[in-house]
Amino acid sequence: MSKKFSQPHLLGIKDITRDDIELVFETADNFKAIINRPIKKVPSLRDVTVANIFFENSTRTRISFELAQKRLSADIVNLSASSSSVSKGETLIDTVNNILAMKVDMVVMRHPAPGACQFLSKHVDAQIINAGDGTHEHPTQALLDAYSIREKLGDVKGKKIVIVGDITHSRVALSNIYCLKKLGAEVMVCGPTTLIPKHIESLGVKVEHDLMKALNWCDVANMLRIQLERQDIKYFPSLREYSMLYGLNKERLDKLNKEIVIMHPGPINRGVEITSDVADSAHSIILDQVENGVATRMAVMYLLAGQQG
Amino acid sequence: MNTKVILEKKQFDITIDRLCFELIEKHGDFSNTAIVGLQPRGIYLSRRIYKRISEILNSKKVLYGELDIAFYRDDFRRGNEQIVPSEMNISFNVQDKNIVIIDDVLYTGRTIRSALDALTDFGRPNKVELLVLVDRRYSRHLPIQPDYTGISVDTRANDKVKVEWKENAKNDLVHILTN
Repeated sequence: MSKKFSQPHLLGIKDITRDDIELVFETADNFKAIINRPIKKVPSLRDVTVANIFFENSTRTRISFELAQKRLSADIVNLSASSSSVSKGETLIDTVNNILAMKVDMVVMRHPAPGACQFLSKHVDAQIINAGDGTHEHPTQALLDAYSIREKLGDVKGKKIVIVGDITHSRVALSNIYCLKKLGAEVMVCGPTTLIPKHIESLGVKVEHDLMKALNWCDVANMLRIQLERQDIKYFPSLREYSMLYGLNKERLDKLNKEIVIMHPGPINRGVEITSDVADSAHSIILDQVENGVATRMAVMYLLAGQQG
Repeated sequence: MNTKVILEKKQFDITIDRLCFELIEKHGDFSNTAIVGLQPRGIYLSRRIYKRISEILNSKKVLYGELDIAFYRDDFRRGNEQIVPSEMNISFNVQDKNIVIIDDVLYTGRTIRSALDALTDFGRPNKVELLVLVDRRYSRHLPIQPDYTGISVDTRANDKVKVEWKENAKNDLVHILTN
């Protein structure tokens, strides 16, 4: 009886099963051991070519994917929208098909439009990994977040996780909710009313508008950035007021009579959603998340690539 | 499907004992030698040999590791089932050590080729030797031969050699399944 990843692409956490997530974690354990030894490379994907197509800015995700690909010995090409023919008016399908004509097996794509990866997967012949599509999903981020919680607390099941901040515009929040719920965690979202989508309870999450109550309830707090670039109207009076009500600082943590794990998917706006002393404290696993990002992305690409041939 | 037992309990223990003494004859006190079992099926044999050698030498310092070759296989993406990795545990420095690779059955030799690649990613061993419980002769795809053999058998390509262990089945047993 062999285990298998159930989907040909990774478009979102919504499409995959709990078994898929566990398989990614088990595989990522092996890759984590590999990236911590002197020779950090394995030859598995030496016959695979991957295109990283980024229509939105990215530091962590892009470098993380690129390192993951290099450590699997894949060949890679990078394309960002600003430096490509997209700015000359080429359509998404044309751009990708032109890249695929040069014999590319896998596409990692970030795009500002929700559903862009889904759309692409129906029209081109390559395996697609969603590296963030607008306000929709960011599946590899959710996998690495859950993997980091599993690593820190032993298991995700039964743990209480609060996601704080701009839930409406965050793809990290949606993917995290799907992932954590599938793994049996309790999930709460916390933020100002304007940044919590209506009917989010239908995903099986609790809603709280008081940060202290949320922190008292949780084992893990995942602090999100305010996505100003996606906000076309004002959702709150000022960043200063947001920070006063929803920013995580040492004073708030000291008031809790327990220790909680602090996470952040990056990029951090220091002094807004989280203060520097908290972000750099021993409770924070922010840099572990980054390290685990490479291992989980290696696992995802290894499992997807293994289906071909 | 016919089953023919080629090694059972009593011979099994004697064979493992003999392999241990052959290793000790060659490697002495194991001060510069490490035993490395191959995941997933070679580890039952390697754990026994490690335990037995430690007993015979009355030493707790014998180096032992388990190597997984999933990421080094040459049939990844070749239309077979998903290759799921197993746990890897090499906690010693491979550099300049004598390494004895241990697996249950030697057939085409492809697993061992992958193991050599995987091993050298941990460093440059002084010498690498191969110990197998069952050597299926005349079936190699690569020029690889064992240094220590439990039992040699001549089989046809569509035969299957199955090794069972107390740890994962009921008994210690080697049998050949023929169509």
